[in-house]
Amino acid sequence: MSSTLAVQPNQRTSSKRQVSTLPLVGPSVVVLLIWMIVPLVMTLWFSLQHLNLLNPDNNSFAGLSNYIALLSTPALWISIFNTLVLVGSVLVITIGLGTLLAVLFNEEFWGRSIARLLAIAPFFVMPTVSALIWKNMLMHPVNGLFAYITRSLGFGAIDWFAQYPMLSVILIVSWEWLPFALLILLTAIQSQDDEQVEAARMDGAKSLAIFRFITLPHLGRAIAVLAMIETIFFLTIFAEIFVTTSGGPGLATTNLAYFIYLRALFEFDVGGASAAGLLAVILANIVAIFLMRIVARNLDV
Amino acid sequence: MSTVTLRDIHKTYVDAEVIIGVDLDINDGEFVVFVGPSGCGKSTLLRMIAGLEEITSGDLLIDGERMNDVPPDKRGLAMVFQTYALYPHMTVAENMAFSLRLAGMPKAKRYERAKEVARILQLEPLLDRKPRALSGGQRQRVAIGRALVRNPKVFLFDEPLSNLDAALRVQMRIELASLHDSLQSTMIYVTHDQVEAMTLADKIVVLQGGVIEQVGSPLELYHHPRNLFVAGFIGSPKMNFLPVTVTAVNDFGTTVSLPGEASVTIPVKPGYVSIGDRATLGIRPEHLQIEPNHAELTGEVLVVERLGGETFLYVKIMGGDTLTIQTNGDNTSLVHDRVPIAIHGDLCHLFDQQGEAIPKARRHHLTLNESQEQEAHEQSYQPKLNY
Ligand SMILES: Nc1ncnc2c1ncn2[C@@H]1O[C@H](COP(=O)(O)OP(=O)(O)OP(=O)(O)O)[C@@H](O)[C@H]1O
Ligand SMILES: [Mg+2]
Repeated sequence: MSSTLAVQPNQRTSSKRQVSTLPLVGPSVVVLLIWMIVPLVMTLWFSLQHLNLLNPDNNSFAGLSNYIALLSTPALWISIFNTLVLVGSVLVITIGLGTLLAVLFNEEFWGRSIARLLAIAPFFVMPTVSALIWKNMLMHPVNGLFAYITRSLGFGAIDWFAQYPMLSVILIVSWEWLPFALLILLTAIQSQDDEQVEAARMDGAKSLAIFRFITLPHLGRAIAVLAMIETIFFLTIFAEIFVTTSGGPGLATTNLAYFIYLRALFEFDVGGASAAGLLAVILANIVAIFLMRIVARNLDV
Repeated sequence: MSTVTLRDIHKTYVDAEVIIGVDLDINDGEFVVFVGPSGCGKSTLLRMIAGLEEITSGDLLIDGERMNDVPPDKRGLAMVFQTYALYPHMTVAENMAFSLRLAGMPKAKRYERAKEVARILQLEPLLDRKPRALSGGQRQRVAIGRALVRNPKVFLFDEPLSNLDAALRVQMRIELASLHDSLQSTMIYVTHDQVEAMTLADKIVVLQGGVIEQVGSPLELYHHPRNLFVAGFIGSPKMNFLPVTVTAVNDFGTTVSLPGEASVTIPVKPGYVSIGDRATLGIRPEHLQIEPNHAELTGEVLVVERLGGETFLYVKIMGGDTLTIQTNGDNTSLVHDRVPIAIHGDLCHLFDQQGEAIPKARRHHLTLNESQEQEAHEQSYQPKLNY
């Protein structure tokens, strides 16, 4: 590793360098391995145990029965479905709206820098805080701003979290992540070659065609990377659900992360929760493989 | 038929006026080259013709129709950009056919057309490649192909060859010349490169600071520059300038005294300067000669540049001025040698105190057919002096 850096004719010095770097790199490698491997192995171990914290003495080897029980729980499939719905819709909303806003904010207009700042601000609000703001100040059926607006227009109030629980969570998460999408896409759009756009104009492209044929392909790479980063975070959304709907009503907004939490900390079923956790890892890997393929194809312009 | 006419064109950015009243007539099939120092407004002018930049005031006519407010694609122009500006995610064929696609031409037909153009430019084997996988020269050719496909009335080029290496530049220059010859369409070309300007142009437009200094054929600008700026700008190495004093004026020419005792008589028309006036004498490096027999000047060689085929001597003469002399490659002069320099009056240019050229008594035989234009200029020039 170090020998590739140092182009040295003398074989002995280069091997000396290798010897001297290993102890320096070693500890961090070991720590990282422990960091990754130990929890994984422990989770794997727990998932093969009957272990309930309500009755900790009564633990025994369970084999695959935790998995079998889990896979036959309809709640698991519902939560996987909810996870996919949540991830998918927030991806579509943030990337779609983010692209539009990025195109808009790339144009010259009065007060652009302030508008950019404001649009990016929500990203700096903690998920719990923003969920609370949405829950108590915007979507609350009595005190919320939305209810106030719809009432004063004579439509009555909507109890968002009761009537449209998933939509509400999607809205909140989208609001939080739109700034991030905007930030990434705006920087990408700014790197676009002006002369390409001008060439397209000479070729007869109007703004819509320029967007479709020049800007969008240019953004492809950024969009792919953005989708990957966002997916990693969206698979584990927790705070927003915990604060607003607590996974309900029923299981309407229980995603996989919340399902594991329910298993582990409501039912104190460590074995079942660990098994669900490993399922989540597998799901994340499946999604990641798909995404990597898309990204890899996009990176290869 | 495709002519381009500029009438009193102005361009003002928020804080500065960068084009200050440009009038220009470009005839059908003409190859017009804009030259000028960096920042003089060449690109701006070209982009205004293209429709990429708004015209602040004045009229742009193409084929006699006012085009100020017509969008770029409706002007019947095609432009080749300095950075090629190919669409990176499209293949060569798609790049070339893009305008046709936007115009709604069916797929088979537009690829047929792209192929046809690719044949002219020898791009056929590359049709399915992405621009990334092309060399600079090939990209340039695709960019030209993209312009060709549209069958434009006028081609616009903004320094198309400046990103190529020297050898490729020469080759592309020749290809462009033969392309112009076979298409016979109007072309407007911006360049920094003297050689490109001299070899390609039917008509060179010299710009400085947003105004046209002179318009004419390459040889017209070379032999009859209108003022000090054009004289210094056209030709490489740059023309030598010497401060002189007028000692005699008659019908055959004007005699001026050089630094030292010598004087030369330059065959220019009388009536522009009078005895005792200060003036500037201009002579190109290739017109200075080292001649021991009747040398007007002598000087000390400061630097010798040997290019093989020719040698440049930088010579300091009496009075402190430095002259550049172009001699043949076999010249034996060494640094600190004193060399005798002959100045032939009929190869000299004379400029008055305002820097305006005094018209030659006889026109260079290769620029005779432009004499009417020159005549017109002299008439407009005359009243200036009477103030
Ligand atoms: N968008 C703009 N806003 C303000 N000034 C501008 C703008 N674009 C160009 N200019 C100015 O206009 C002048 C002419 O620019 P232009 O690009 O036409 O020069 P050019 O002759 O093409 O130079 P070069 O040979 O370096 O390409 C320059 O002084 C430049 O600073
Ligand atoms: Mg330019």
